[in-house]
Amino acid sequence: MSMKKLTASLLATTILTTAASAQDVTLTIESWRNDDLVLWQDVIIPAFEAENPGISIEFSPSAPAEYNAVLNSKLDAGSAGDLITCRPFDASLALYEAGHLQDLSDLDAMENFSDVAQSAWQTDDGSATFCVPMASVIHGFIYNADAFEEVGVDLPETVDEFFAVLDAFQEDGSYIPMAMGTNDQWEAATMGYQNIGPNYWGGEEGRLALIAGEQSLTDEPWVEPYRQLARWGDYLGRGHQAQTYPDSQNLFTLGRAAIYPAGSWEISGFNNLADFEMGAFPPPVPNAGDECYISDHTDIAIGMNANTEHPEETRIFLEWVGSEEFATIYSNALPGFFSLSDFDIAQEDPLAQEFVSWRDQCDSTIRSTYQILSRGTPNLENDTWNASAQVIRGTETPEEAAARLQEGLASWYEPQQ
Amino acid sequence: MKNARIRWHILVFLAPAVLVYTAIMIIPLFNTLRLSLYTEVGQERVFAGLENFRTLFGDPRWSASFWNALANNFWFFIIHMLVQNPIGILLAAILSHPSLRFATLYRTAIFVPTILSFVIVGFAWKLILSPIWGIAPEMMDAVGLGDFYQPWLGLEETSLTTLALISVWQFVGIPMMLIYAALLTIPDEILEAGECDGVTGLAAFWKIKLPLILPSIGIISILTFVGNFNAFDLIYAAQGALAGPNFSTDILGTFMYRTFFGFQLQLGDPHMGSAIASAMFAIILIGVCIYLFGIQTRMRRYQF
Repeated sequence: MSMKKLTASLLATTILTTAASAQDVTLTIESWRNDDLVLWQDVIIPAFEAENPGISIEFSPSAPAEYNAVLNSKLDAGSAGDLITCRPFDASLALYEAGHLQDLSDLDAMENFSDVAQSAWQTDDGSATFCVPMASVIHGFIYNADAFEEVGVDLPETVDEFFAVLDAFQEDGSYIPMAMGTNDQWEAATMGYQNIGPNYWGGEEGRLALIAGEQSLTDEPWVEPYRQLARWGDYLGRGHQAQTYPDSQNLFTLGRAAIYPAGSWEISGFNNLADFEMGAFPPPVPNAGDECYISDHTDIAIGMNANTEHPEETRIFLEWVGSEEFATIYSNALPGFFSLSDFDIAQEDPLAQEFVSWRDQCDSTIRSTYQILSRGTPNLENDTWNASAQVIRGTETPEEAAARLQEGLASWYEPQQ
Repeated sequence: MKNARIRWHILVFLAPAVLVYTAIMIIPLFNTLRLSLYTEVGQERVFAGLENFRTLFGDPRWSASFWNALANNFWFFIIHMLVQNPIGILLAAILSHPSLRFATLYRTAIFVPTILSFVIVGFAWKLILSPIWGIAPEMMDAVGLGDFYQPWLGLEETSLTTLALISVWQFVGIPMMLIYAALLTIPDEILEAGECDGVTGLAAFWKIKLPLILPSIGIISILTFVGNFNAFDLIYAAQGALAGPNFSTDILGTFMYRTFFGFQLQLGDPHMGSAIASAMFAIILIGVCIYLFGIQTRMRRYQF
């Protein structure tokens, strides 16, 4: 008897809980932005949940370097969350082609995004868009304004001025001129090569010419940024070969370094840590008066797991991500992640304002290796990390690095053969 | 009649181990070997025979990465054999000396790093050796060796050796414990008989103890071999999946991980990854076989 009762009560609880969960849907977001966990939990998710009772959101990030591997395994195993944060270009395209991401072209909110904003999450022919664009990041240099005042140097506009500033700090000796390490490799490529490069290859023009096969990586515009990087080595701190990304961030925010080659995503972290005045300047141009270009990289979007159990609720959330409300909340909660939507959003953070103001003076482009060119093996992006770090360390000459990259690219990419 | 009865208890006692071992070791192992014979065309998985291995060994880029990883792996192993095991034996010999005081304390202290996580060991040593916050540069400055400090983990020439030595520091407790246990089993009568014949001190170690612990040393060598060729964690924790600088710390484990799961913009290729895993399996299998059939069968055993 008692056994039966127990079974009955167990059954009853099961049914009750199922009934409750049918009304209250929890959607899980897969993301690599573990730095943003608190902002999602305290600001973004409550804002959505307040308007949409019955849908709760769980933000479940993994470490950035492992995200792609973790996500792919989860998707294959069918245990991934309902909402997938999308890397730009091929990583997400491959997920769409494998049937893991839903086509979202018919989402109303897509009207709020320009074609360029959508391009990073579209099929090559542009027929299907599978992620709602969230934000781009802009490259440049963040500097310690107090240090600049102390040593008495002005903001550099040209490359010569840039190195003059570095020399001034070198001579003064109280600051490490530039905080960047070559241990993790990606900073050298992302905050080095892709940061200063667009000024040499002319932004979109050069990038598209490379994809079309009209230019090659051994051409002057693509080698010259490496020659610049080779000069950086002298201005980095002692032992930069073993200096990691968090080391560099700490060196700068502790006020021990003057200049930090940056991406705008650093802004919120730096605001919390640095107790000195910070400013930013765009990558210096080769000659005074040259047209300037910035890397305004489409970095992050969010899509829908094609196998989600709650497609309707997920679409409601995605519509909200495409709204002006989300764009305002997101851009201001995460200064440095600039909304890709067409809405005119007021930035409150002064450093973020500085970064976004460059869009008016300079032409925007995205990172050269991301679209199409990193589809094959050897992977051009990974090779660029290696080459940039090697060039700064001085273990490979700019010309050798460029030749090696070109050879690798030409080995599988037809337009370059 | 009695003999024909099925001895159920044998099956019952074997079952848990056989089932668990089959489910989590044998099936995945054979599945990996099978996966290495396939490739992906479009979204379909198709049988490709040995094509993946031809790419791995025939394509100049793949084979360069593979041989680089294998050579690094051998260097990693050689450092362990030349540094870890002799030090382990030495420590065991010292610890088993009857007149040593605080032997238990030393034994515990040396063994503790073995139970630490790779992540902690990697992170702690990265901090110790860090050119910016590390205590290594200052300690060397304090004794006047400051000029010899280098960012060892960041230099191509030294990073692999540094990591191997960190791994030695972590695991030296294992050969020490095994040899220590072997030394304790040597009966005192034998040593006393040796003393009567005038074999004492160091000579007793070389002529009596060492031959008696040779089988243990053999086991340790093979454990080191298998452990080193399956290594991954420490390199990944300290240098990341790209095994920098310039792949100088890339071993088979990190090479396999990068290929199998992908890295940054490079998508994972489970089939090539399985091919590398199969090659690793073959290398370890050959190594173990050489030991089992070539060395262990010839080793003399002594009965007390």
